[in-house]
Amino acid sequence: MAARTRYAPDRGLTVRMTATMFLLGVVFVAFIAAIIGIGTAYGASSTAIVFFAVILGGGFAIGSLFYSDKIALATAGAHEVSPTDSPEAARLHGIVDRLCALADMPKPRVAIADTDMPNAFATGRNADHAVVCATRGILRRLENDELEGVLAHEMSHVAHKDVQVMTIASFLAIIAALLVRIAFYGELFGGGRRSNDSNAGVVMLALMAVSIVVYAVSFLLIRLLSRYRELSADRSGALLTGRPSSLKAALVKVTGDMARIPTRDLRTSQPLNAFFFTPAAHLSASSSKLANAFSTHPSLERRLAELDKVQQQLGRTAG
Amino acid sequence: MGFLDTLLGRTKPVQPKLDDLFALPSAAVTLDAGAGFKPTGSGSVCFRPVEGRSFSDVQKDVQELLNSSSHAEGGLPVEVSKDDYGFNWLVSSRMSDELEALVTDLHAVNSSLVDNGFGPQLLCTLVAFRDEQERRLALIYLYKRGSFYPFAPLSGERRDNALELQIKGVIGDDLKWEQDLARWFPVWGAPGM
Repeated sequence: MAARTRYAPDRGLTVRMTATMFLLGVVFVAFIAAIIGIGTAYGASSTAIVFFAVILGGGFAIGSLFYSDKIALATAGAHEVSPTDSPEAARLHGIVDRLCALADMPKPRVAIADTDMPNAFATGRNADHAVVCATRGILRRLENDELEGVLAHEMSHVAHKDVQVMTIASFLAIIAALLVRIAFYGELFGGGRRSNDSNAGVVMLALMAVSIVVYAVSFLLIRLLSRYRELSADRSGALLTGRPSSLKAALVKVTGDMARIPTRDLRTSQPLNAFFFTPAAHLSASSSKLANAFSTHPSLERRLAELDKVQQQLGRTAG
Repeated sequence: MGFLDTLLGRTKPVQPKLDDLFALPSAAVTLDAGAGFKPTGSGSVCFRPVEGRSFSDVQKDVQELLNSSSHAEGGLPVEVSKDDYGFNWLVSSRMSDELEALVTDLHAVNSSLVDNGFGPQLLCTLVAFRDEQERRLALIYLYKRGSFYPFAPLSGERRDNALELQIKGVIGDDLKWEQDLARWFPVWGAPGM
């Protein structure tokens, strides 16, 4: 007698996310092909540059992946806490304990960031090296069940290895950006083609143009992917806690408060945007399509609508 | 979670393992002989309630099922209580020498929830013990891991870690223990303790 499941995956979201990752892959392949094309037309030196940029870019990507937890904690000014440190720490640990038992995940390190801005994040390359952090601001503002929804969302990011996925996706953009820089500042093309100065200039321009286009396209695709990952984390978090409406309430509370915080604080938290529960900056209150395209997180309305779907799915009566 | 699930950002909810619970009665005999702890007759199932009518109906059905079977045998009704973390505890009280019946009750609760598609909401099961010096001990079964761990609370949210490790040694291989100590999470204020 097989148990019925209420946890059917959201096929639409899966299809859209797969398409985005596929497009990123296509852009990557087109980029390499263009570089190789330019390189073979004008000599072999450009492939050496690409090789160098890939190694450098790969080095950055791998380094940031392995140290993501330390980097994130240091940037947020967060400190690891144990359950006996304070009532806040005990409350946070209690919630994390139960979520880990429900999700069968090893328990991550728990940290609290000393800021009144309400936010939470979790980072780490996999579940064994993860850290989950909540700010004092969010601990103060949210009830236990709302906080639990937020933490479940964050831990879903860890379970889905989002740090790895986004790092790999950003790999291409890093390389394209590096190539633009190298082509602009270095004279590797000019140095290798003494007799053909005009050709060297054209090659450099072509390389820069391709890199800029690639960077722009992959930037938008990466933002799109980030939004889909956020929706996945919302969904998984709501399914884990069984209370989509608590997560909705938390979203509304946190987003409303964030909009009132002065810009001085928001700018200092920019680098961590991709990991935060809600982005630290809003481009406009009336989410225009353009503002949305650049955002790492889906709009509040979109997130609430997706959570409505989860609620219906959980509430399906036996039949 | 599979590679594809990770890539696509899908979490497959973890289904519970139910059957290892039946190792408890024989382990209880060893526990009594080795450390002098006897079951109090109280056992509870802890689960995460889901919003909506569907789940509350299932919960009511489970409660009625247990009440009817325990009433037929002259037992106490089943209680449902809520803890500070938003989890529900279904507490069943039996006579202290009816551990097998208690375990069967708890298994019935688990199976009903699983059959109605709420398996992933199950968190743990707790069976309470006490010794002659009135020290409290609970054997907690984690559904997702299929393993047990001891919990010996002292007053003021402290744990008697030494006693817990001793109990693990006394019972030994009779139970499947949770090897990762970080998963022995405390359940302060659990009903029936």
